[in-house]
Amino acid sequence: MTPELRELYQEVILDHGKRPRNFRTMAESTHHAEGFNPLCGDKVHLKLVVQDGIIQEAAFTGHGCAISTASASMMTEMLKGMDMTHATELAAKVRALVGGNDEEAAAVREEVGKLSVFSGVRDYPARVKCAILVWHTLLSALGNGSNKPISTE
Amino acid sequence: MNSVRAGAVLDVAAIRRDFPILTRKVHGHPLVYLDNAATTQKPRTVIDAELGFYREICSNVHRGVHELSGRATEAFESARGRVRRFLGAADDHELIFLRGVTEGVNLVAQSWGRANVGPGDEILITAMEHHSNIVPWQMLCQEKGATIKVAPINDAGEVILEAYAAMLGPKTRMVAMVHQSNSLGTINPVKKMIEMAHAAGALALVDGAQAVAHQRVDVRDLAADFYVMSGHKIYAPSGIGALYGRAELLEAMPPWQGGGDMILSVTFERSTYNQIPFKFEAGTPNVAGAIGLGAAIAYLDQVGLATAGAHEAGLLSYATEVLSAIPDLRIIGTAREKASVISFVVDDIHPHDIGTILDGEGIALRTGHHCTQPVMDRYGVAATVRASFAMYNTREEVDALAAGLRKVIEVLG
Repeated sequence: MTPELRELYQEVILDHGKRPRNFRTMAESTHHAEGFNPLCGDKVHLKLVVQDGIIQEAAFTGHGCAISTASASMMTEMLKGMDMTHATELAAKVRALVGGNDEEAAAVREEVGKLSVFSGVRDYPARVKCAILVWHTLLSALGNGSNKPISTE
Repeated sequence: MNSVRAGAVLDVAAIRRDFPILTRKVHGHPLVYLDNAATTQKPRTVIDAELGFYREICSNVHRGVHELSGRATEAFESARGRVRRFLGAADDHELIFLRGVTEGVNLVAQSWGRANVGPGDEILITAMEHHSNIVPWQMLCQEKGATIKVAPINDAGEVILEAYAAMLGPKTRMVAMVHQSNSLGTINPVKKMIEMAHAAGALALVDGAQAVAHQRVDVRDLAADFYVMSGHKIYAPSGIGALYGRAELLEAMPPWQGGGDMILSVTFERSTYNQIPFKFEAGTPNVAGAIGLGAAIAYLDQVGLATAGAHEAGLLSYATEVLSAIPDLRIIGTAREKASVISFVVDDIHPHDIGTILDGEGIALRTGHHCTQPVMDRYGVAATVRASFAMYNTREEVDALAAGLRKVIEVLG
């Protein structure tokens, strides 16, 4: 494999892609949204439990590629205990990391913690949407609780 | 052109030399182009024909008395003649140049459909249609209060003819069917299906996007009322295609788009429409594209469609054998009559991950739903990987695909 591919499919991503954390339905949730990528058919349904502005629980179902599944898995891990404002800011940073220009990506790389493993996605423009889908879905869920399905197109 | 016919066996090495792009590298590997159902590469003669138009005779057609306009018109109309012979139509004026299959189906749905389909009428399609042969009919049916019926397919990906027969009835106005499925490879028995449609009093439109590059089509033998094709899938430029329609149908149909070239006279009160095919060719057409399409057909004629088709059939059976040997790989679409398209899934590995890793090896193929979401639903998958072969592909490229897939499974499996 090329160095770029190794950067894209890092061990951490492969691990979360194969064994996603928080991959389950939650009977009770305060916020939820569905995300859909019509180009590849990927779907994610995200549910959150938010109390006093703090995300207590996050879980997801759906199907997608290794990149989108790992992105959802690692996002839900990071969200627990985070307040809504920080979660919204983090979504913007992830978007800059995988879809921004060199400067924008460099500026946030130190601020996204373990999510920096997704920086390799920048070399694959066709795959940016895979990594971003669940973050768009998060913004949709936080926006007004429950929302109409969002789409990457 | 370097390619030569050696009996019935295709000289693939010579063919490959005719396609400049096939010598390039992708990510440091020789390009293995297996996405021919999406679009085919172009031989030098086609590229030269398109360039030649712009370098030598660029001008508008059907207008002007100057030398270049005359030459351009002659080249454009000569290309129409080539398309007519290629499809076996009786007369040049039964061929309308347009962008491709999508525009052709829309033209028929909007022009013929609006004039002939009413509340309670039915349009019958098959379960393996491309979105381009679904959505234009849905739009028509919504507008007119008509209904779309869908003839089901079996597990192999073949239309169930008994069910199709049962769905044909006095309300059926049009049967719109794909000749060769882009996602399953199935070749439909369109001649028989058209005969059945006619017996029920319906017209028949055939989407020939995939078929025309791989088999000889004769619209009169098929008795098709409409047949649509796209140039870019038969080694011609993109943005050019053709709609064949029986003359009496086209003559009775109202114009679709209005503008220049489609009129005989215009006053502010009313316009008199031009004869077919010009009635349906409003505005300046894609002249260079049409000339390129003519060159592509000339190239295909020289190679021999039957010779190319035999080579592609050989690739299909070889690829089927090689891919079937890969553990956890499932081929989607196993029709008895099948063209050189293989869709497949690999357990627990998403097609997009497969596509990205194969791309790193220089292998280009399609991953996704192939604009046939209902087909994906039928097989319970969100997407597939699709390898589709053209005359310039080789067994070595099939081997490269298989080796690439084993690597994918090693990394992601």
